[in-house]
Amino acid sequence: MTRNVSITLQNNDDARLIIEAIAEDNPEAVVNQYPAMVKIDCPGKLIVKQETVEEKLGRDWDVQEIHLSVISLAGNVDEEDDYFELSWGA
Amino acid sequence: MPVTSIGEYKFEPLDKRENFHGNILIYINWEKHLMFCAPVCVPLSPDMPFGALVSELLPNVYSAHPEFEKIDWDAVEWTLDHKPISPEPDQTLEDLGAHHKSLFRFTTPGLNGIGGVAS
Amino acid sequence: MAVNKKKRMGIKERYSLLTRGLGWDTTYQPEEKVYPYDKYEGIIIHDWDEWEDPFRLTMDAYWKFQAEKERKLYAVIDSFAQNNGHLGITDARYINAIKIFLTGVSPLEYAAARGFTHVGRHFGGVGARVACQMQAIDELRHVQTQLHSMSHYNKYFDGLHNRGHMHDRVWYLSVPKSFFDDAMTAGPFEFLTAISFSFEYVLTNLLFVPFMSGAAFNGDMATVTFGFSAQSDEARHMTLGLGVIKFMLEQDERNVPIVQHWIDKWFWRGYRFLSLVAMMMDYMLPKRIMSWKEAWEIYFEDAGTSLFEDLGRYGIKLPKFHDIPAKEKDRLSHEVWSIFYNYTHAAAFHTWVPNEDEMQWLDSKYPDTFNKYYRPRYDHWQAEKDAGNRFYNQTLPMLCQTCQIPMGFTEPDDPTTICFRSSEHNGETYHFCSDGCKNIFDHEPEKYVQAWLPVHQIYQGNCGGASVEDVLEWYKLNKSVDNMDYDGSPDQKLWEQWQADRAKAAS
Repeated sequence: MTRNVSITLQNNDDARLIIEAIAEDNPEAVVNQYPAMVKIDCPGKLIVKQETVEEKLGRDWDVQEIHLSVISLAGNVDEEDDYFELSWGA
Repeated sequence: MPVTSIGEYKFEPLDKRENFHGNILIYINWEKHLMFCAPVCVPLSPDMPFGALVSELLPNVYSAHPEFEKIDWDAVEWTLDHKPISPEPDQTLEDLGAHHKSLFRFTTPGLNGIGGVAS
Repeated sequence: MAVNKKKRMGIKERYSLLTRGLGWDTTYQPEEKVYPYDKYEGIIIHDWDEWEDPFRLTMDAYWKFQAEKERKLYAVIDSFAQNNGHLGITDARYINAIKIFLTGVSPLEYAAARGFTHVGRHFGGVGARVACQMQAIDELRHVQTQLHSMSHYNKYFDGLHNRGHMHDRVWYLSVPKSFFDDAMTAGPFEFLTAISFSFEYVLTNLLFVPFMSGAAFNGDMATVTFGFSAQSDEARHMTLGLGVIKFMLEQDERNVPIVQHWIDKWFWRGYRFLSLVAMMMDYMLPKRIMSWKEAWEIYFEDAGTSLFEDLGRYGIKLPKFHDIPAKEKDRLSHEVWSIFYNYTHAAAFHTWVPNEDEMQWLDSKYPDTFNKYYRPRYDHWQAEKDAGNRFYNQTLPMLCQTCQIPMGFTEPDDPTTICFRSSEHNGETYHFCSDGCKNIFDHEPEKYVQAWLPVHQIYQGNCGGASVEDVLEWYKLNKSVDNMDYDGSPDQKLWEQWQADRAKAAS
């Protein structure tokens, strides 16, 4: 069984587009809506790509800006200049 | 196991018997009556007769329960520190073997709390 | 898209310059005198340079993002206060959860600031020191923003007037206080395992995520905003927590059993503390999001299992006693609510019997237990109250020596019998609510014999006097105002007045 990684984001304007980008780049992701927040689960790994988010936002987006919207996460973090990834195991 | 520490680690317990002004702490629990959310803690004289505990102390603690007045005290089963005892009214707590921080539990056969489900 | 964005250094390079280039070796004092605490716990570190913060946050980025978070948060706080945000909450009973938060949780944020400042000074590695320094500043921000947000409610509602004093004295607040004191009096590696890993990574999701979502659902814009603002830092803290565990485990295999014991201990300590949150979720949110049981399943049984499977490659197992909460999840919140219903006359918040709609919700979430065990109790309490005999327990409770919670938890396999455990140490008897708490004591009895148990302290005469009135005065709690049932409280009167005024204005 592949275990889920998970990221929870605030339900605000910036995060909505990040969520869209995540859904697009991770076809297996399941988006759960709660009051004020959105929890996204995905088997094995989940990637947030700078390129996709920038396209959606229509502006430059520093991957570290994700700090402004993230509420919680589960999985090992790998952050680079152009992506942010969560994964379990090798 | 000892505490892993940077030096000698030795402290007096905070709740030693001599801190309670001649009393000992006694814990009491009425089984299957969880309307009283937890056992109670009372400071008592070790010379208190068991009869006084039943007739004077327990009504103050438990009489709010509708089953309290129905208790047949001759049928009540007692344990002290998890061992069954058959206490006599004139025996003191000390005679019974109670010490500082001993636990009395009592079961009232036929009385199992509100609705019979341990409340 | 900007073409020139690659001109500046990448995050790896920037992080490396911050956390490797800034350290130095000591010259006129030996290393072990400068860092006297980072070896005695037995954790062996061969190379601090292998410490990696996956977020690689540098100070400039840290200030930039934190400033942005603050700007957003304070805009909301101002708007909430200016627009009478307190009128928009679902029901004034909800504020009682905020009272627990302010007196029980916010002081821990301050304690965390102190704790991380301390351990940040005492680690030999620069990466660890930088991470702890950032977290210490975060925690200070959390306590300040929480006080600021909740101060608005203090203008109208009772029980919010003296959180620091209450945190140090009031009986149930010794549960969170002793939890953090326990962590702060441990060594730096145990502190990080306790707070960064077990609490922040494994458990605080249960406090901040569903509960804050619940705050939003109940119209409490102030709390949800500080909650999520804090939680955005928390995601970084969680990552640090997992990072520090993996770092210790990778450095030397002799670290594994030490870390495993700490995980066992702090999982249980944290879980017992969170029983307060179980009650807040199931009983204190007028509009509910999810039950404690559901939250436990999502955040521990699913997410926690994945985490521990991942750590299995280092030889780490699920925390000892991890299966007990699964047995307790159908009853935990009900048992804790009963404790506070019993002793509301000595608490700085109100309790109540859940209404019929709420009991139906509880039954739907707890079909195996609620109607069977707890509804008869509430029906009885309601009938007594209607007859003018609101039940208050007149005798002080027996407390667990380790978690300090009244011994209201039942046997894992029997929800009708109180769970009793005990140990002897140097001729003294100590009592516990569970195998988990007994296990913690047995491992370090010299530490827990010093526990400041509120009930025993009252009987020793150290809490202002012998009567409940004396003790309440010593707590600085306003009698018949801050305490007692919600029904008939000044909070309730005020709330109903507002509702009546609103109805009048609308008609």
